[in-house]
Amino acid sequence: MTGRQIMTADEIRRATIRISHEIVEKQAGTAGLALVGIQRRGVPLAHRIAEAIAEHEGVTLPVGALDITFYRDDLSLVAQQPLVKGTDLPFDLNGATVVLVDDVLYTGRTIRAAMDALVDFGRPQAIRLAVLIDRGHRELPIRADHVGKNVPTSREEIVRVHLAETDGDDSVDIERVVGAVAEPVAR
Amino acid sequence: MSLVVPDGTGIDLQAGVPPSAAAAPARWSHRHLLDLDVVSWPEIELVMQTTDAMREVLARPIAKVPALRGIGVTILFYEASTRTRVSFEVAAKNLSADVVNIAASSSSVTKGESLVDTIRTVEALGADMIVMRHATSGAPYLAAEHFGGSILNGGDGWHAHPSQALLDLYTIRGHLPGGPNLHGRKVVILGDILHSRVARSNIWSLTAAGADLWLCGPSTLLRGFDRWAAAMAAVPGHGRFTLTSDVTAAVRDADVIMALRIQRERMSGGLLPSLREYAARFGLTLDRLALAKPEALVMHPGPMNEGVEIAPEVAVHPRSVITDQVTNGVAVRMALLYLLAGAAGRAREATGG
Repeated sequence: MTGRQIMTADEIRRATIRISHEIVEKQAGTAGLALVGIQRRGVPLAHRIAEAIAEHEGVTLPVGALDITFYRDDLSLVAQQPLVKGTDLPFDLNGATVVLVDDVLYTGRTIRAAMDALVDFGRPQAIRLAVLIDRGHRELPIRADHVGKNVPTSREEIVRVHLAETDGDDSVDIERVVGAVAEPVAR
Repeated sequence: MSLVVPDGTGIDLQAGVPPSAAAAPARWSHRHLLDLDVVSWPEIELVMQTTDAMREVLARPIAKVPALRGIGVTILFYEASTRTRVSFEVAAKNLSADVVNIAASSSSVTKGESLVDTIRTVEALGADMIVMRHATSGAPYLAAEHFGGSILNGGDGWHAHPSQALLDLYTIRGHLPGGPNLHGRKVVILGDILHSRVARSNIWSLTAAGADLWLCGPSTLLRGFDRWAAAMAAVPGHGRFTLTSDVTAAVRDADVIMALRIQRERMSGGLLPSLREYAARFGLTLDRLALAKPEALVMHPGPMNEGVEIAPEVAVHPRSVITDQVTNGVAVRMALLYLLAGAAGRAREATGG
């Protein structure tokens, strides 16, 4: 395996701040906004975006965590059965504008599962999507509203997002797997 | 619908589903769940963690997730049951499985169909998983040999009742004052040990948890367990347990007392002098409960013979977690169905089938 860095800690920080501005701009304010991170690295990203919004808008948005394990369409396909990490949505979704936050957008299947999960909790006024990396290769008609960085990749590559909260440091690397099939979902 | 995750459900998400849960790399490797003797402690921990997640699902306004969509679950019970059968059925439905119920008393079994034929028929009708209860010990093992999917043992004869033992463990861990670690805590199983599949499965899980396990009952109802107790010391990952017919010694300073039903339908002559004498000598009364630790938990797998193995006032005592056992049963069985479905799916992948 060969790895190369495609985002530094500073670039992740700047992208997160830019996304936080974009989210507020698109909503023309913060009224009704809520952030929901997808387990596992979407959750710290959602908290970072909320902190940035709190800094420049002076408003603390509700932040939730969504575990999509039970909504995946590949229960039998995943080599390692995913460990359930828990859902915690401590606010009313009805009528809210929910911004889903995840680290990597790839096939779109995770986001489809996340939308299925969300609507079981209520009826949001709108669901938007913010991701740190969009690596292409969509298998479903899904696109992100806010993207940290577009990264053209091949299916043989793995995009690895490291965040201080989960991995000890901030960095995004891309690795080429030689002679192996890439993971179904880039993690 | 106001609050999405209602408060007061007793679920502490922070404690229940730690963000560092990935530190437990255990993975469920069994296609069938027949007994706990082959289930490792990390796998039991995985069941406990998955059960936490299922309890969170149960607390949702729509307590249903699509995890087992398209999976056929057949519930095949050759013995009477309310809580186990309904609890498995609710669990499977909460996971969006397609559930079929077969009561042997109203099926072709009454026309003489053999167990193996029934299993083959159920498989041909599209079952991926069978939850099975049978009066004969070992029947689920025979079924597993003839079924391409997963068998979950919902109780076989005197032998095993693994889902009950796991929900007992989950309930103890959730309510034990001083935290979920059972290491060195005194757990007493009191009553008809001989006929009890609940006791036999609990021996595996509680010794794996490191509990100081005591089995207490009339000596006629402890027959044969002395050899098991002696052999257990040599089983890796498990420990000894203690046998006694002295109730006072058993319940003294206990952390958990689990009373077992006197199985009148399985009592042959001479095992018990009379129910009245049994109740007087071995029943869990307030006086006996007072010998245990002040915060000791009272459990019973049900159905109860109140006034025989457990006094009515003990059954509804503030320290009784008997209704929590029933509630946790659904979440534990959801976890088991989910984990088994994943293992069966991986097995299909591996064989290219």
